[in-house]
Formats: sequence, C-alpha cells, structure tokens
Amino acid sequence: MDFFLQLLVNGVCVGLLYGISAMGFVMIFKSSSVLNFAHGELLALGAFFFLALITWAKLPIIVAFILTLVGCFILGFLIEKFFLRPLIGEKLIFVIMLTVGLAAMFKGFILLIWGGNLHTYPSFLSESLSLNLGAIHIAPVYTATMVISIIFLVIFGLFFKKSSQGIYMRSVADNQKAALSLGVHVRRVFALSWAIAALVASMSGIVLGVMNGVNVHDLSSIGLKVFPVVILGGLDSIGGAIIGGIIIGLLETFTGGYLSPSLRDVVPYIVLVFILLIKPYGLFGLVEIERV
Amino acid sequence: MKAYRGRPSIMINKPADLKKAELEIKNLHLSFGGVTAIKNVDLKVHTGELMALIGPNGAGKTSLLNCITGFYRPQSGQIVFNGRDITDLHTHRLVEVGIGRTFQNIELFPGMTVLANMTLARHIHCHYNFISSWLYAANVKKEEIRHRQILEEIIDFLEMQSIRKQTVGSLPYGMMKRVELGRALALEPRLLILDEPFAGMNLEEKEDMVRFLLELNQRWGMTMILVEHDMSIVMNIAQRIMVLNFGEKIGEGDAQEISMNPEVIKAYLGESETIE
Repeated sequence: MDFFLQLLVNGVCVGLLYGISAMGFVMIFKSSSVLNFAHGELLALGAFFFLALITWAKLPIIVAFILTLVGCFILGFLIEKFFLRPLIGEKLIFVIMLTVGLAAMFKGFILLIWGGNLHTYPSFLSESLSLNLGAIHIAPVYTATMVISIIFLVIFGLFFKKSSQGIYMRSVADNQKAALSLGVHVRRVFALSWAIAALVASMSGIVLGVMNGVNVHDLSSIGLKVFPVVILGGLDSIGGAIIGGIIIGLLETFTGGYLSPSLRDVVPYIVLVFILLIKPYGLFGLVEIERV
Repeated sequence: MKAYRGRPSIMINKPADLKKAELEIKNLHLSFGGVTAIKNVDLKVHTGELMALIGPNGAGKTSLLNCITGFYRPQSGQIVFNGRDITDLHTHRLVEVGIGRTFQNIELFPGMTVLANMTLARHIHCHYNFISSWLYAANVKKEEIRHRQILEEIIDFLEMQSIRKQTVGSLPYGMMKRVELGRALALEPRLLILDEPFAGMNLEEKEDMVRFLLELNQRWGMTMILVEHDMSIVMNIAQRIMVLNFGEKIGEGDAQEISMNPEVIKAYLGESETIE
C-alpha cells in the first residue's frame, strides 16, 4: 500500500508537469491549429538556458529561473515573428514541416554548444522541502514540482478566465473570423500563444532537468510524450491536457514500479490506443457533430 | 406573440458626430492570382443611408465587403472612411474606426451564451486598466453597468430576451443571424455591413429582420451596406442600390432606376436570342 501511494504521488507530480508542458502545445494548436513538433526542443532549450545561467553566469537560482522564463517568452515571440508569420495563409502542412525544421535547428544548436552528454544542475533545493507523510517520502524535487505546477495552473486559469488577452486567445481559438470582426488583434494572439508555450515548455524543461538531469535527447523526447497526453485529453482542451498529463504520468510510474522500468515508455501508448477506440475525440475533445 | 420592446435610449440618442459615416471607395481593384474579383469599382455611401449591393453569384459582392472590412487587401484603389484612408489599416483596427459586420455564414462562438457572445464586442469600449479592474473600483463598476445597459438595449431591440442566457450553438438558424446582428451592434459601429442577412430564413424571420433593419436605419440613424439576393426586400428597403457583375459596376441608383436599367436586366435575365 505504501509503495502504491508513493508511486501515486510521484505519478501525479510528473503528470502535472507533462500536463503543463502539453498545455503549451494545446495553446498553439487551439489558436492556430499548428502542431508544434519543436515542443520538446523548446523544453530542452529552457533547461539548457537555465544551466548556462547558473553554471556559467553563476546567477542566484531565483534570478536564473525568472530570466530563463522571460528569455523563453521572448524567444517564443521571435519564433512566431520570424518563422511562423511569413507562413500565415500557407497550407498547414508547410507550417508543421517548419516546426520539424525548427526542432532540428534547436537540437543542433544545443548539441553544438553543450554536446550530447548528461549535465546536472548543482543541487539547490533544500532538504526541508522533502515531505514525510507516514511511510511516504516525497523528494524535494517532487514537492517543488507540485508547488510550481499548481502556481502555474492557477495563474493560467485566471489569465484565460479574467484577463482581456486571455479572453482574446479563447475567442481566436473558438472562431478566428468572428474574433477578427470584433476587433481582436489575431496576430498578437498567435505571437502570445507561442510565447506562452515557450515559457511553460522551459519551465517544465527546468523541472525535468532537476529531476532526471539535463540531456538533449531525453528532454527533446519529452516533446513526443506530449502527443499521448494531448490526444488523450482531446487536442483542443486545456483542462484535458492537464488531466491527460496526470493519467500518462500515473501510467508511467505505475508501469515502472509494478511491471518493469523498461516498459514505462510503451504502456502509455498502449492504453492510449484503447482509450481512443472508445472515445475517438479524446476524453475532453470537441466532438464534431455535423448538423444537417 | 411579440416580446416586449424596450425603449432604446442610449443608442438612439447618440450625438450626430458619432453617427457620421462617409465611405468612399475609389477605383478599387482586387484579384486572386489570375482571377479578377473586383474591377475598378467606385462607391460612395453617405451618413444615414441604407445601401444595397446586388449582383449574380460570384459578382464580387462579398469580396467588396471583405475589402471594406479588411479581410481582403485590394491590389490598388483607395477606401476612405470619414476622411481617413483605411485601405491599409489592420483588420482589428477597422472596428475601432467604426465598421461592424456580419457574415454570410454565421460566425459566432457556439459554445458561449448569447450574452457572452455580445459581451466580447464591448472590449473596444473598455477603458479601465488592470489594477482598477482587480480592485473593482467605482469607475469600473460604472462602466460595466453601462456596457450591460447597452447590451440589454440591443437584446430588447432584437427581441432576444428569452434566449439571453442560452448557448448560441443550440439556437435555430434565424436566431443565430439575429445574435450576430446584435453582436455587430454591440460594437457601436458607425457603418454596419451585412452580408446576406436574410439568407436561409423563413418568411416570418425575414419580416422580423426587415423590421429591425428599417428601424435601425430610420430611428437609430445607422448607415448600412447590405448584400442580398432577395430582390423584393432589396427593392423595398434600400434607398440606393449598386449592381455588380463579374467584378464590374453595371448600375447604381434607386430601386426604380435599377429595375429599368437594361444592363442589369441583361445580367439577371440573360440576353434574348432570336431563334430562326
């Protein structure tokens, strides 16, 4: 039972992280229906920026964290401005291929500068963050993940519900033409969705880096893991992305704990197939009903 | 049974300079690749006019509307609104200038309520800032109340009281058209552009819509451009009619003149050929 609870807690923590990084992916898909194949690379870029800031520039952790987030936010804006915007109005497949190209470019950039080895952050989380609930021991990094994820969820929840930019983003996601006719600056919404996606990706990149070490290949493969998460949750539901993330996180840790660690990357996909057989639009996806 | 009609006060009693809408299109040219959609069209619309744009299918009517509302960019020519060149203005800025529109195929937010759909249109009239809205300061409250008053006035005017809180996706087609009109009105436009407001409606819905449009034009003093296929409606309500065919203007004038215009008759009925 203790083992079960331990896995449950770890699974939820990892899952929240997947969910949040998937949220960035969903945001881009919802506003501009682009599948962003460079999501994993954005994640890795965030982790490596953070690494550079704390090891080379020797900045304090908090400053480095905030600088990384701000930097990635700006990077997202620039990606949209220089790569995506010229392709507005082109076929969607071109835009998607462009993100594949971006992925290769970012990965090459990271390999060029940091190489393909495993790097680690100097440990900075204090032991006081670790929690002991009965027999369950929660490592500091998991506590931190939980706290950061919940803070981000609350902020984004408020952002989408209450702020005018958030409402514009929802309106563009819902109906671009209508939003445009009501005077919503649609291009700014695209830029903002890329910026926010890059920001949340870098955040999850940093946390995953603290958890498992910083390695280009591992981190960019998380980008692939975003797919089962968003497909499970429904490609266009931000809440669904979070739930999907938690489900995938739990599946992974339970498979790793009870079956075999080598199966943990496979089982989520198998379960995904079965869920999609029953609910083809994902758990929370928009069911398209043709009204005749 | 007709629903209760409120007495619109805010929207009707707007000062005349807020209603000013002088649109002038000069020598407009639009083509997509090799296909010319609009060929050197000139058009003038004056404040308070109800102008109709007619023409056979594919004549470029909707393209012209899309140029005015910034959805298409013309290759050459000029669009001037109230003395300001708006040809290259961003689409979202045109709403602030005072041009509101509805679409031929309804473009609404289907998952939201009627009220929520209309509320989004008010964002350009929001003047409070982030901090004061967090604190819900007195001026924010006052502004919010005014927004709601305007929306309620429009809801009363369009007789949508009973569907105020219904999800738009569940409404019948004619009602959705009405919601879309209401949303365009919530922008408080000077010039209202309607793309086939009567398409797909039954007779009763059409009668209601005609009533709304006439009242908007005559009592509210709203300037409107209307694209429509239903000739009996157009001939009866439009003060001026412009006819397009294959992107060219083939006639302009009041209903009388248009119905006598040989070019127009030719475009609609085709040429007669003597069979020997």
